[in-house]
Amino acid sequence: MGNELLTIRGLRIEGRSAQGWSEIVKGVDLDLNRGEILGLIGESGAGKSTLGLAAMGYVKPGCRIAGGSIRFDGQELVGAPAPALRALRGRRIAYVAQSAAAAFNPAWRLIDQHCEGPVQHGVKSRREAEAEAVQLYREIRLPDPERIGLRYPHQVSGGQLQRAMTAMAMACRPDLIIFDEPTTALDVTTQIEVLAAIRAIVRDHHTAAIYITHDLAVVAQMADRVKVLLRGTEVEEAPTREMLSAPREAYTRSLWAVREFRREPVAPAGPQALLLEVQGLTVAYGPLKVLDRVSLTIPKGRTVAVVGESGSGKSTTARAIMGLVPPAGGKVLFDGKPLPPRGRDRGRDLQRRIQMIHQMADTALNPRHRIRDILGRPLEFFRGLKGVAREARLRELLSEIELEPDQFLDRLPSELSGGQKQRICIARALAAEPDFIICDEVTSALDQLVAEGILRLLDRLQRERGLTYMFITHDLATVRAIADEVVVMQGGHVVDSGPTSRIFRPPHDPYTELLLSSVPEMDADWLTRRLAERAARHEKRAS
Amino acid sequence: MSPILKVLLRRLALGALTLLIVSAIIFLAVEMLPGDIATEILGQSATEETLAALREKLGLDQPAVVRYLDWVTGALTGDFGMSLANQRPIGALIADRAFNTFFLAGHAALIAVPLSLFLGLVAALYRETLLDRLISTSTLAAISFPEYFVAYILILLFAVQLGWFPSLASVEPGMALADRLHATFLPALTMTLIVTAHMMRMTRAAIVNLLALPYVEMAQLKGMRRWRVIAVHALPNALAPIVNVIALNLAYLIVGVVLVEVVFVYPGLGQLLVDSVAKRDFPVVQAACLIFAATYILLNLAADLIAILSNPRLLHPR
Amino acid sequence: MPWLTHLRSAPPSALIGLALVLAYALVALFAPWLAPYPEADAAGAQYAPWAAPHYLGTDMLGRDVLSRMIWGARNTVGIALVTTVLAFLLGTTAGLMAATVGGLADTLASRLADVLMAVPSLIFALLILTITGTSVVALVLVIAVLDSTRVFRLSRAVAQGILTMDYIEVARMRGEGLFWLIRREVLPNAAAPLIAEFGLRFCFVFLFISALSFLGLGLQPPTADWGSMVRESAKLIAFANFSTWQTATFGLAPLLPAGAIALLTVAVNLVVDWVLRLSSGLKE
Repeated sequence: MGNELLTIRGLRIEGRSAQGWSEIVKGVDLDLNRGEILGLIGESGAGKSTLGLAAMGYVKPGCRIAGGSIRFDGQELVGAPAPALRALRGRRIAYVAQSAAAAFNPAWRLIDQHCEGPVQHGVKSRREAEAEAVQLYREIRLPDPERIGLRYPHQVSGGQLQRAMTAMAMACRPDLIIFDEPTTALDVTTQIEVLAAIRAIVRDHHTAAIYITHDLAVVAQMADRVKVLLRGTEVEEAPTREMLSAPREAYTRSLWAVREFRREPVAPAGPQALLLEVQGLTVAYGPLKVLDRVSLTIPKGRTVAVVGESGSGKSTTARAIMGLVPPAGGKVLFDGKPLPPRGRDRGRDLQRRIQMIHQMADTALNPRHRIRDILGRPLEFFRGLKGVAREARLRELLSEIELEPDQFLDRLPSELSGGQKQRICIARALAAEPDFIICDEVTSALDQLVAEGILRLLDRLQRERGLTYMFITHDLATVRAIADEVVVMQGGHVVDSGPTSRIFRPPHDPYTELLLSSVPEMDADWLTRRLAERAARHEKRAS
Repeated sequence: MSPILKVLLRRLALGALTLLIVSAIIFLAVEMLPGDIATEILGQSATEETLAALREKLGLDQPAVVRYLDWVTGALTGDFGMSLANQRPIGALIADRAFNTFFLAGHAALIAVPLSLFLGLVAALYRETLLDRLISTSTLAAISFPEYFVAYILILLFAVQLGWFPSLASVEPGMALADRLHATFLPALTMTLIVTAHMMRMTRAAIVNLLALPYVEMAQLKGMRRWRVIAVHALPNALAPIVNVIALNLAYLIVGVVLVEVVFVYPGLGQLLVDSVAKRDFPVVQAACLIFAATYILLNLAADLIAILSNPRLLHPR
Repeated sequence: MPWLTHLRSAPPSALIGLALVLAYALVALFAPWLAPYPEADAAGAQYAPWAAPHYLGTDMLGRDVLSRMIWGARNTVGIALVTTVLAFLLGTTAGLMAATVGGLADTLASRLADVLMAVPSLIFALLILTITGTSVVALVLVIAVLDSTRVFRLSRAVAQGILTMDYIEVARMRGEGLFWLIRREVLPNAAAPLIAEFGLRFCFVFLFISALSFLGLGLQPPTADWGSMVRESAKLIAFANFSTWQTATFGLAPLLPAGAIALLTVAVNLVVDWVLRLSSGLKE
């Protein structure tokens, strides 16, 4: 056809590790036509970023190409001399990094960095490049396109920076752009705008793109075709709509299945007694109020999800309940009695009854303690278990979290996988025999399949032990899956709360509406539809 | 007030405060003596009258605060009082010597700073090569070898055996610059050897850290040439760490100079300090300590000020 | 024993370092039995050449240089070790406490360390030694206090890094006491950097004391000490002449004790490098 832009055959890339070289990408093929967008999807360690960078003939320091071929527009990139690769990079193949804040040089204005590529590659004069930059800034809908380029990276917000980086990638009108998780670090309400801007500009200029992400719903909006990777090998590849409606491989289907997890709602048993009541809680750092008169209630034996974007105050609420940050005002009632504001004034029994599980299991487990010590300490501390009784309880606990006691008791945290670590954290909370557990983003650092396992485990434990959960998350899919009630927070305030079924059913509070409508869905038309809706509403409001 | 001015002023104030506290410590340390300076000078057998007379002459009958203020204001104008050992004004005694010391430290710095910055940069660019290995080995040697060990090896080689340079670095006022440089070459070389390895390693570390940053990788992915990546993207952000490396090592030179001066019998401030410690000539020790300490503090202050001035977040506030 | 397995996989440089450190330690421990002649008394003619029975010759007072080198190991290394241990006890206790307790105590301790570190240790030490006079006790105390500021700063920084970890928060929420926090949660993770720092601090103190002795302000004669030996034999270097073996040893006289100092420092550094690499490897 003569339409091929990029052809990768049998590509193998190795990375240096303590044991020598190990394969990260294990013989992958990839084809991309002009103007086409290919989605690369996979969990962490799938090799998708490495593959994306290889399309530029680039490997990270400490990695090497061990075999295969990469042909870009007829030119072999494997083993190509450095000047030839340099002539391609930035000019015909451009890159958009995950964190724009880190990928922009802090010492130079945006416009200088934008123009560097075209001027140095000899594509345009500085004046032309500047004029074009303003044009691109306008196209990608940056505010104040005439002057935003004069700012330094730290003077611009994250979402705008990500758009500026896309504009910069466009500067030389490349044939191909590699997007490496460009919206992963953004909040959902920002993400939808960036997604829309990227999609529009790439389509308008008929630029081919490789879009790397771990989020299926995002890739569904962006890509014409999707390739699924697992540990360095291809699982399957298909046009987006086809893959969404009929995934062929079991692994792909299992990725889809996560989204379908819904727990059985717990029937409210009799009158709903409140376990925890937060009344007018205010937390301030100096003059800055991070929490402003937050009130919420958590009924016994139920799961209340607290949702919000970064900076909404949801984690601070949790920390204030735990007594880790002193409140400036308001109070917290636990089981009808007020909780002393400082954790250390609460006495051992209260400390036992309220437990918290952290987001990063990695940093929540002391790397020098064995599992036996990690779980044994709360047993000893709260329940005075020693010797045989302690050992027996340890084994019970591990069985409860579905880990084999003989295998795991003497391991160090570094010898566990991410999901196993999070299970140990859950077991540590259970060891205290608590009534109430705060789960702070416990699944957001985990891959989807692993995260689902954790959710199922938490659900089972709640049924067996009548536990009460406060579930902090930014992920609405998780909320829908497990929460009985939802509290929506924004900027240190509670903006909406109620039973999950009501929150997810219109009419919504405006912010909840924005939040809900910004979460990508597994539907290739979702973004188009959403944008049309928003435009229509805009017009209605204008008229 | 703009944020950068605020940070600058705060750092300046902190520097001034440190100087004040350190000078007070230097002055008041003498107060820790079991008796006072008068009894130190005249010995235990002195009569009350002679003691009182000496105290009045030295101004010891004044309260400590008054004497401290006198001393500090005097020091600012170059008047450090009288030496106990030979009853001569200290200001005149140390003026030439301070010049000699700064000349020697400057001589060493002029060789060491450009050399080590260049080698550090090269080592960072050609990581894990023979050169790089050589640098890490020589750093180990440099932090392990006492200054006098290096100095005596150099003397043995270049002074005793080859006879190229004098083993005693004697200088006089009014000496021609070339002669002065020749006389101070071996001590300067000693200090250069000690300091260069350190500086190279720190420069290398600063650049390597920088090269691993996402925006430097981004510059490569934009197809920029290697020299442009380094010169345009890495170096402007490396200013602060590199200035810091230089200041730290200059400060180190100021201290290293004491030992090197003794080895080469060089008429500098360090030699004077060591002699005065042995003679327990307190006013001279205080004066020399104050000069060394102030130089050290001012160098660190200068490094911090440059770091503040080169920070884009402070230069261009939101 | 995990250390034994580490030892087996140690690189040659670390093994050489360990062997040297061990050799120095043995010489220091058994100096009275190893040294053929007394430490401070004349054993023969002045400036005897390097030949039996004075294998490394004699010094300007006719003392056997080999014996003085052996005694020097005991004196110089011993005092440096005592000083380092003292500095460490002071520095780590204060550093770990300051980081864990925080608040005003932390601020005050940190400011004090800042002031002491704002001036080079050598300058401070010279100032104080002028006043106290040069005695071993004063020497040890002064250097220990000055050096403990560096230990304080490192242990505080290490502890602060560990204290931001969530497992500390978990322990705090459980209601664990201060002592338990430091001993069970912080120390095991701080051990490796602290061991490495101990080696580095020892080198620094050892060089520092030797430097003071070289300046005539450290250990006082007739104690055999490497720094003083360099000072005493320094003048000989002018008579060095490589035409005969006999005259060449004059040049080596000051280099011998200086070399002994340098070699031990290199050896300790080799071991420290290995410990640091081990501990950073464990984190991965």
